[in-house]
Amino acid sequence: MNLFEYSRPEDPSTAAKAGSADGASYIAGGTNLVDLMKLGIARPTRLVDVNRLDLAKIEWRSDGVLRIGAAARNSNLAADPGVRARFPMLSRAILSGASGQIRNVASTAGNLLQRTRCPYFYDGVSPCNKREPGKGCSATDGFNRIHAILGATDACIATHPSDMAVALLALGATVVTLKADGQTGRIALDDLYRLPGDTPNIETNLKSGELITHVELAAPPSGARQIYRKVRDRASFAFALVSVGGIVAMENGRIASAALAFGGLAPKPWRDPEVEQLLVGQAPSTEAFEAAADCLLKDAKGRGDNSFKIPLVRRTLIACLRDLTIDGAEA
Amino acid sequence: MQFNINGQTHEVEADIRTSLLDLLRDHLNLTGSKKGCDHGQCGACTVLVNGRRINSCLALAVMHQDDAITTIEGVGEAGRPMQQAFVDHDAFQCGFCTSGQICSALGMVGEVKAGWPSLVTADLEATAVLTPEEARERMSGNICRCAAYPNIIDAVMDATGDGR
Amino acid sequence: MTKTPNSVTMDESAERIILDRGVQGLVGKSVARIEGPLKTSGRADYANDTKLDGAAYGFVLTSEISLGRIKAIDVAAARSAAGVLAVIVDHPLLPSDGSAGNASLKRVPRDLPEVDSYGQAIGIVVAESFEAARSAARLVRVDYDEREGRYDTTRHLEDVEHEPKGGLIPDIKRGDIDAVMASAPVTLDITYTTPHYFPAAMEPHATVATWTGDGVEIHSSLQLLKTARAMIAASLDLDLSKVRVLAPYVGGGFGGKTGTGPEVILAAIASKETGRPVKVALTRRQTAHLVHHRADTHQRIRIACDDEGHILGIGHNSIVSQKAGRSFIEPVSLGTLAMYKGEARSFTQSAVRLNIPVAGAVRAPGEAVGSLALETAMDELAERFGMDPIAFRKLNEPEKDPLRGSPFSTRRLVDCYDEGARRFGWDRRNPTPGEVRDGEWLVGMGMAAATRINLLQESHARVSLRLDGGALVETDMTDIGTGTYTILAQIAGEMLGLPIDRIEVRLGDTNLPPSSGSGGSFGAASSGSSVALACETIIAELARRMDVSPDQLVLKDGVATARNVQSSLVDLLDGDDIAAEGVIKPGKTARAYSQAAHGAQFAEVGVNAVTGEVRVRRMLAVFDCGRILNARTARNQAIGGMIWGISYALHEEAVVDKRTGAFVTRDLAEYHVPVSADVPAVEAYFIEDPDRHANPLGVKGIGELGNAGAGAAVTNAIYNACGVRVRDFPMTLDKILAGLGPV
Repeated sequence: MNLFEYSRPEDPSTAAKAGSADGASYIAGGTNLVDLMKLGIARPTRLVDVNRLDLAKIEWRSDGVLRIGAAARNSNLAADPGVRARFPMLSRAILSGASGQIRNVASTAGNLLQRTRCPYFYDGVSPCNKREPGKGCSATDGFNRIHAILGATDACIATHPSDMAVALLALGATVVTLKADGQTGRIALDDLYRLPGDTPNIETNLKSGELITHVELAAPPSGARQIYRKVRDRASFAFALVSVGGIVAMENGRIASAALAFGGLAPKPWRDPEVEQLLVGQAPSTEAFEAAADCLLKDAKGRGDNSFKIPLVRRTLIACLRDLTIDGAEA
Repeated sequence: MQFNINGQTHEVEADIRTSLLDLLRDHLNLTGSKKGCDHGQCGACTVLVNGRRINSCLALAVMHQDDAITTIEGVGEAGRPMQQAFVDHDAFQCGFCTSGQICSALGMVGEVKAGWPSLVTADLEATAVLTPEEARERMSGNICRCAAYPNIIDAVMDATGDGR
Repeated sequence: MTKTPNSVTMDESAERIILDRGVQGLVGKSVARIEGPLKTSGRADYANDTKLDGAAYGFVLTSEISLGRIKAIDVAAARSAAGVLAVIVDHPLLPSDGSAGNASLKRVPRDLPEVDSYGQAIGIVVAESFEAARSAARLVRVDYDEREGRYDTTRHLEDVEHEPKGGLIPDIKRGDIDAVMASAPVTLDITYTTPHYFPAAMEPHATVATWTGDGVEIHSSLQLLKTARAMIAASLDLDLSKVRVLAPYVGGGFGGKTGTGPEVILAAIASKETGRPVKVALTRRQTAHLVHHRADTHQRIRIACDDEGHILGIGHNSIVSQKAGRSFIEPVSLGTLAMYKGEARSFTQSAVRLNIPVAGAVRAPGEAVGSLALETAMDELAERFGMDPIAFRKLNEPEKDPLRGSPFSTRRLVDCYDEGARRFGWDRRNPTPGEVRDGEWLVGMGMAAATRINLLQESHARVSLRLDGGALVETDMTDIGTGTYTILAQIAGEMLGLPIDRIEVRLGDTNLPPSSGSGGSFGAASSGSSVALACETIIAELARRMDVSPDQLVLKDGVATARNVQSSLVDLLDGDDIAAEGVIKPGKTARAYSQAAHGAQFAEVGVNAVTGEVRVRRMLAVFDCGRILNARTARNQAIGGMIWGISYALHEEAVVDKRTGAFVTRDLAEYHVPVSADVPAVEAYFIEDPDRHANPLGVKGIGELGNAGAGAAVTNAIYNACGVRVRDFPMTLDKILAGLGPV
């Protein structure tokens, strides 16, 4: 770990200014950043501790919007009675991530911004375009069991590891930010992330110093069912091989609305509007679900070790859609 | 830097990069918390910060100067039934993960009391009850390579009066 | 007074179990670990917890290539970094990697520094703090002249070394397996593979070294102190008397701490160079390359049967990898040698030489991975005959060692099958795969046999009956979680008639009598026998003082009774301790009898019909491992081994990057061992049959027996659940998924 200057501002605007300095990084829970700093992969020279900014609240606005403070801990968000009642998939997604200890510390914004678990990114030595642009990607023809089948390029096939972000994406979350110039920004979660293209080192559309202050969720369609299903190598405390977050509303035996997001498939939490459009208006059937899976996977590319994710997500999606559209599923 | 650890105030001069775990071990001789992975993957370093269980290896000490930190050495009377249950149920072999297991279990029991659900809680809106299945999921952040897991769960259930 | 050592060589079977004379009622009981209060309060000091004033911190420098020459190392920036005390890269005694044998550690040649596996130690940075040492280590620039190496076993299966040097068992050929395979009506010929596995003890290897004059004191995490001391002395060019090694608490070993790692030598060198005590702990990620792993295996199993299912011939021929030039070849067929009937027998271990880190002994070398293949094959064959897997095994249960012709010392395997089946509810198993369903889960049951050879090693202990009426047990034995502290206290208490709280046990210090150390499941038998033999001498002396024969003397609760005369032990001491040394040595009974522990493993699993995820629902085993010393710790050892079976069958895989020779899955996020949620209720039971031929205590090893067969019970249950047979371990969901029907 390199040496750094440490500051703990008391208000967001001071923080945003401090955060826009060269080599600055925000730190809240630190569960990913400290991990990467120890390995010499993240090397901030200034750490701006945002834990004093009063950004840990979870509040319901009068218009039904849930406003989640960026520093709200994953544990608190998952346990929030309102979240459990109205956004159960968010609770489930958070609770399926990491461990109790990590969730107790990890923040909402930090969870969204966590880096990939690609072992070549992590080893600090192998060529990695995300770590050292232009060096090449060791995963494309290396051990790539956890890697992306959608949205990747030959420059980078790393996946985004968050569970929470998958649920938030399906729920249509908006990220609220404070920019260095004091302006407030609003970004749809899907637009927070960038696909790797040939610059996998640039992972988000946040500007220098731009501080995530809140995440907002509009009320879900009434009567809609939610699910978060994670498939992994252990029963607990393991990253997703594949995960599906879904919210579906039914009307007269047909799918009235559907929002589906996927983890473990792509460099960012993945959502494909075409898949959702295909489902809307359909009566639940294996054929309709298979068509949705076909649509999702039409551009999927396996690279060997990760090729199993194609049948795995296909099967998982079909099972989730069944649960979302037949009686007895979690409402 | 100033710290409140196990009810005592400590003045420590340490490198700004020092993790909470290294602060405890290298600066305060509180070596009960162990470094099994140093990256939040094993739970051997678990301590309680303001009553919450965290991985001390992933915490920068400098960020915890205002917090009440409890390590295995300071669990005191509140921790004794859990410690005794671990002995009674042989909930360890080599013992290296044990401090973390016990601190984690103490924190976990508080989470259940606060009504927090877990991934295996069938009804998210119901009051959480600590069952063996719940304990297994909630204790999954603490690896025991000796694999005394069944005994750890028995100990946790025993110490908490079968979860009630 | 100190009596002459009571030394027994096991040339003859014990006439009676030495412990049977005791009436204290300690042995065999469920006794809580005596070090439990220390371990549950953070007060048991492991190597890196050693408190020494003025300690500096070392960080090991490791190579970033697998094979090649170091052209230059630039340490200038590291040396001038804040807090750095020394950067040592050219010391003549620098080791490169650990030794799995007894030799001194391989040294990095100074004239032409060569690297011959990834992550090898090439030096050490010593600084005032861990952070300073680690960050300075990143400033060291190494210029390599890299060469192409061999990293992938599967690419070199045609280029193997037969009967490789360092093999633990020679090639064995009895009869003509090829001819039997060609003529038998029913045959199986399948190759199974297992990956590299890490021992992955929770405590990463760590050493604190400090010098006093020309002697070095090493606090380290080691299983075998006598061996380690010799290796350290040889590696540092020191006389044995100048080296003291301490390991009072060891955070798990699993074979990975049987050798001596380079961090031990580096700490000693760093301490000498800086004049400070130096702490060196490997990072978890460094352990992947600096601690030996279990080699990957390619196992060809051939079994030929007659029409009724009698085995006519059995072949277990394997290819394993090992680093070029290194000994220890995974003895894959060890558990197959005497397991089942069959006239024709062929057992070979061949090696593929690779430029990857050294392989070594990991918990149950041979049986752990060998049983995965053999017991899966037995399941496959039983199904071909339409036989119950237990019935098929019973049909092929030998009466005597089918290879050597010698009698079994004890073998209660059939009883294990029967009792296990009864307790598990095996009769409820549906033999047709895929028919039992619980919602989305396909449910199945499986079983497998377990065996582990039984060993005895020379071991010394000293027992002192003290004036305070208590006893002190001393030996350099280690307790790596196995319960040694407690069982030695139980044995001494049982023999001397003392409650357990009157026994003090000192372990893990080479200043104490040399023991077997911990490994090969021989620790309890070897160190326990030496303690009992020492007690026997003390008892003889007490009997002499009461003027009776030892057989007439009854010792209980600190009181000696003989011929209606009672005396407290303290009174008998007459103002002086009685100290005695016991020595056990292996002897002719090891050859005269085929000695092994046995068991029957059962598992019930659920396989998710959508995703292929596996959840073990319950496990149960019945073991025959001689006399049980402590019911509580024995059960814990046994279930721990069984959970290792879940682990190596389903989870663990140390993946080598075939391009670079580096392990990719280096930490506990990538190298999966089970977490609590993966582990269901696990039950273990024992058939207690003391083995008089094994050692004076009648005990057999437990620690490794638990993982033999456990993995196969799980994977056989998976087959029963869903009809998918995977022969390439670990059985991760992607491999199962391929065989599942549509959603």
